[in-house]
Parts: sequence; C-alpha cells; structure tokens
Amino acid sequence: MGFKKYLARKTGVYLITFLFAVTLNWLRPRLMPGNPIEAMLSSNLGLAPGEKEVLMKYYSQLYGLDKPLWEQFVNFWVSLFHGNLGYSILYKAPVTDLIKHALPYDVVILLPAIALSWLVGNWLGAIAGKNKRYDRYTMPLFYFLASMPYFWFAMLLVYFVGVRAGWLPYQGAYAPDLIPSFSGDFIASFLKHWILPFLSLFIVMIGSWAIGMRNMIIYELEADYVRYLEALGGSEKLLTKHAYRNAILPQVTGLALQLGLMVAGAIATEIVFNYPGIGILIMNAALSQDYFLLQGAFLMVVISVLAANFIIDLIYAFIDPRVRTSYTEG
Amino acid sequence: MSSLLDVRNLKIYYKTPVGYVKAVDNVSFKVEKGEVFGVAGESGCGKSTLVHSLILRKPPMVHMGGQAVFKGRDLMQLSKEEERRIKYTELSIIPQYAMNALNPTKKIKDIVWDIAREHGYEDRNEVEKLLRERLAMVKLSEKVADMYPVELSGGMRQRATMVVSTLMNPDLLIADEVTSALDVTTQRVVLELLNYFMEQDIVKSIIFVTHDLALLDKIADRFMVMYAGKVVEMGPTEELINEPSHPYTTMLVESLPKIGVRYRETKLKGIPGYPISLLNPPKGCRFYTRCPYAMEHCPKVEPSLVEIEEGHVVACHLYGGESNE
Repeated sequence: MGFKKYLARKTGVYLITFLFAVTLNWLRPRLMPGNPIEAMLSSNLGLAPGEKEVLMKYYSQLYGLDKPLWEQFVNFWVSLFHGNLGYSILYKAPVTDLIKHALPYDVVILLPAIALSWLVGNWLGAIAGKNKRYDRYTMPLFYFLASMPYFWFAMLLVYFVGVRAGWLPYQGAYAPDLIPSFSGDFIASFLKHWILPFLSLFIVMIGSWAIGMRNMIIYELEADYVRYLEALGGSEKLLTKHAYRNAILPQVTGLALQLGLMVAGAIATEIVFNYPGIGILIMNAALSQDYFLLQGAFLMVVISVLAANFIIDLIYAFIDPRVRTSYTEG
Repeated sequence: MSSLLDVRNLKIYYKTPVGYVKAVDNVSFKVEKGEVFGVAGESGCGKSTLVHSLILRKPPMVHMGGQAVFKGRDLMQLSKEEERRIKYTELSIIPQYAMNALNPTKKIKDIVWDIAREHGYEDRNEVEKLLRERLAMVKLSEKVADMYPVELSGGMRQRATMVVSTLMNPDLLIADEVTSALDVTTQRVVLELLNYFMEQDIVKSIIFVTHDLALLDKIADRFMVMYAGKVVEMGPTEELINEPSHPYTTMLVESLPKIGVRYRETKLKGIPGYPISLLNPPKGCRFYTRCPYAMEHCPKVEPSLVEIEEGHVVACHLYGGESNE
C-alpha cells in the first residue's frame, strides 16, 4: 500500500506550495503603492524639510528597505529560518511578539465556535436530512443563518444584548481597568467579554454546516449501498450509521480548512467587539503598509492553512479508502 | 404441497399527484421449491415493481390488494420488524446495481457483520469464516473479505455482492435485472454462479427478472411474461420459447437476434409502438394498441388467463377467456 510514496509526493507538493505562497506574501505589500516610512513619519508633525530626509534614510536603513528587492528577499528567508519575522513599523515591536499576544484571543473564540458549530450543525443537518417535516421548518432558518453576515449578527447582539439589555459587556476582551493575569477577577471578566463574540460566530456558522450535512445525508441515504442494506433487512439505525459515516467525510475537510484559517482571526467580529485578535492586527497593518507585520501575519495564515490541508490529506487516507486507492494506484 | 411463494391477485400501485399508476395489476403466480422462475417484459412493464414489492415496499409504492404468501406468511401483512427479520435469512435479493451495492468505505467483512448481527448472529468469527469460504467458492480470494469494495474490479464486486446476498442461505433469491448492465462474459459468470448456488442448495429457489428472453432460456424452469402491469403468458420455458402463444410473447421471441442473419439483409424485428400509460389503463386488453391480431372486442373486454396446456396459461382472446373483471 504505497503509503510512503503517497506521503513523499504530498510533502513535495506542499513544500512547493509553501515556497510560492510565502514569496507572494512577501512581494504583495511591496507592490502596494506608497511607502510605509513616509506614512509613519507623516504622523510626526513639525519636522523641518531636511530632518524628514534624514529620518527617512535612517528608517529605511533600519528596516533594510534601502537594499535592492532581491537582497531584501534573501534577508527575508534568512531571518525567517531564524524565527525572526521582523519589526513592526506601526506598533514598533517585534512581529512575533505581536502575533503571540493576539493569537490566543482568536483561538479562544474561534476554536470553540468552529468546533461546536460543526458538531451542532452536523447533528441538526443530519436530522433535517432524514426527517422531511422537520426539514421544512429548519431549512429556511439554516439558510437565513448561513447568509447572514457575521458583522451584522454581531451588531444585533451588541445592540440588543449589550446596549439595550445591558446583560453582557461588548467591548474588548476584558474590562479596561484590568491587566491580563490568572487572577479570578480577570478570568471572570474575560469570560463575560467572551460570550457575545463567541455566540456571534457560533450561531452563524451552524447554518452552513447544517446545510452541508443535510444535503450530504439526503444524497447518501439515496445511494445504492443504503438501498441494498435496507433490502437485506438492515435496521434504520444501521442505514443511518452507514450513510452518516460517508456524509461526514466532506464535512471533515470543511472543518480542517476552517481551523486552518483560524489564525487569520475574524476581522469583522474583532472590529465590532473591539477584540484584540489577529484580525485587527492585519487590518491595521494593511492600512499603514506595515510590510513586516503584514507578511508575518499572512505567513502564519499560509502555514496553518497548509498544515491543516496536509493533515486532512493524511487523515483522509485513513478514513476514506477511496482516496487511498486512487492515490496509491495512480 | 404448498408453494414456496404464492402470489394471488397482487396489486401494487404508485401514488402520484394525478392518481394511481397501476404498475402491478392483479398478478398471480407461484414459485415452487427448487425452481428458477423467470419474469420477463420490457421496461416499465411492472416486473421490477413486482419483485421489489416483495422485499422493499415503500412509498410511493402502495399495496392495493392481493396476497403474497411466502412460507405460510403473507408478506403484505407483516409488521416492519417481522419483514426485516425474514429478509436476508429467508428472502434475499441481488439488486440490479450489484456492482455498487456495497458501501465503498466499509470492508466487506464489516458490511456483512453489520447485517448479520441485526439478524441475530452472535459469533463474528463464524460469519467471517463462512464469508471466506463462500468467496473462495466463487473463485475470489479469501482476502477480499478484508478489502474495501473500491479495491475490487467491477466483476469482482458483482461476485462479492452475490456472495453477500446469499450468505445466509435464503429460501428465495430475487435476481433483479442482474445481468442487464454486464458484458456477456460477466453475464455468463453470473448465470453460472446462480446455477451453482442452486446446485449447492445455498438457495432453494430464484426469481430471475430480466428483459432478455435468451437468458431465461438458459436458466429458468418456468417464466411469465408481463405487459403493462399484467401477466400475459406463463408456462414452462421450452414451451414459451419454442411455441409462444400470446402475440406479445411471439413478437418478443421473434425480436431476438439470430446468428447468421445479417442486419443488412433482414432487419431485426421489433414491436412497433410504445406501452400504454398505466395511469388510466383501458378496460380491455392492454396490448391492443400494438397487437397485429387485434379484434373488435379486444379493447372492450379484458382477456383472462386461460390454461391452454397443463401449466401454460395465456391471456388473449385468440385463446378464449371472455370473462371480464
């Protein structure tokens, strides 16, 4: 069962993809019109004309932006392998530190939102796929959820639960007078601030998972192998078990991709709730042409999306014999 | 001695928004222990509906009357659970889609165990041992039991499905158009296997459904010809093939290609026209619209089955049978 060969080929493909994606990420901010140093200095008012020139030159040298593009490229790869993603022009801090501080906020919101919505959505979708009467009422709801923009639902939550009812805080990740620590106060405040952004993602995500699962279940329950089991006297439980096992496969792919995109944060949600995640970091970096922060953040996205895909490819070889057969034979 | 299966005046209709489609209308026949009983007819004649109503009756299929007594029990009156229990162990099917009948993501031994367990089998090793023996019997490797269906070729899957279907030694095996999607080599293998299952007493009787009279000639002891939901002729295979009585049977036999006749010289004989709609079938003979011998009272009076020789019945006014139901 040439699994080693399969693994080697997959690894090769992913390596090439990685090189291309990272190169593009590096190149893209540099193709944007404008100059980040100029943007930075323009905020420091009251500079004499001569002083600005000097500062421009100084900062360009500091960030290595005065060198030719190919040299910047080489430097980029060298420092990348030293785990150095550069220094943010905007925040004036190492990019790795910025990402390290922002990422946990995304993970605690997105990981449970994605995982739980996946479970609940698949469950509801499977019921809808099997039960027509239930389907008639839930499908419009699922479509409504799935087509609702995250930020819109988030704003509804902020307005009704946060502003009107005043039940839950809706700004930031913790009360502004607290400093992140493992004290009881902080954790309580953090959890309270966590509920609304979590719900805003969780509820909207349920819709698309449920639709996907419902369609797959309907398709699989009609499949020949299910009819055959039924003709041989398989119980309804058995038919559902077999159909569910096959219907869940594409959903696993979807889950992995979503988890891979997790490090990109949820820009809209973070803006609405003023939540200090990667999304806000990326947005600010893009607005102020912060080359290093932007390419650092995107690098994280590339790595995690590729890793998620790679893991899924491997898992698939185990959970779906069709994939294994087609790859090991072809 | 009572028959293994005794179907009497069975009516199976399809419920549609515009009315009932009378796919099987007043059909009666018997299947004896130890025989291969054929059901022939063109697409849409109700032959598939007939056999599916015995084993997999579900909406929009509706039972509108009649009985199907299998080993003393009326299949039409069984509770869902009773029906589920006799399937596989006593009454089994090789479906038309036999090549795709096995779940592609489960090992064949797991599929078999899943069903066997639901029929009260407790010893997994015993079931697997039987599966391996049977696989070897049909000249498949025993290792096929540990493989996924996708790892097998189409022909191998066909044979594997036949093994799975007959594993519990059913009394009656329904073979529904099992050969229609196959090339002639595989067709031969399938016929040989069915024959072998009979010889080895793995199955007691077979209902063999097909549109191909040439195949029935090879395997069936008796067969019946259906047209538009009705039985038009039934009798021993040799008699029906050599001296068909009903115009429809005659035309079916004549439509078989003959060796040594070039299409350029003698065109294949077909049956002109199309079958009638079963939504509102006419009162009289349903073959009337395509029959070359149609008479004046054919569209008015429905012909009943008349025994023209022992065990050979035909429903046609050419042979009498004036009664109208």
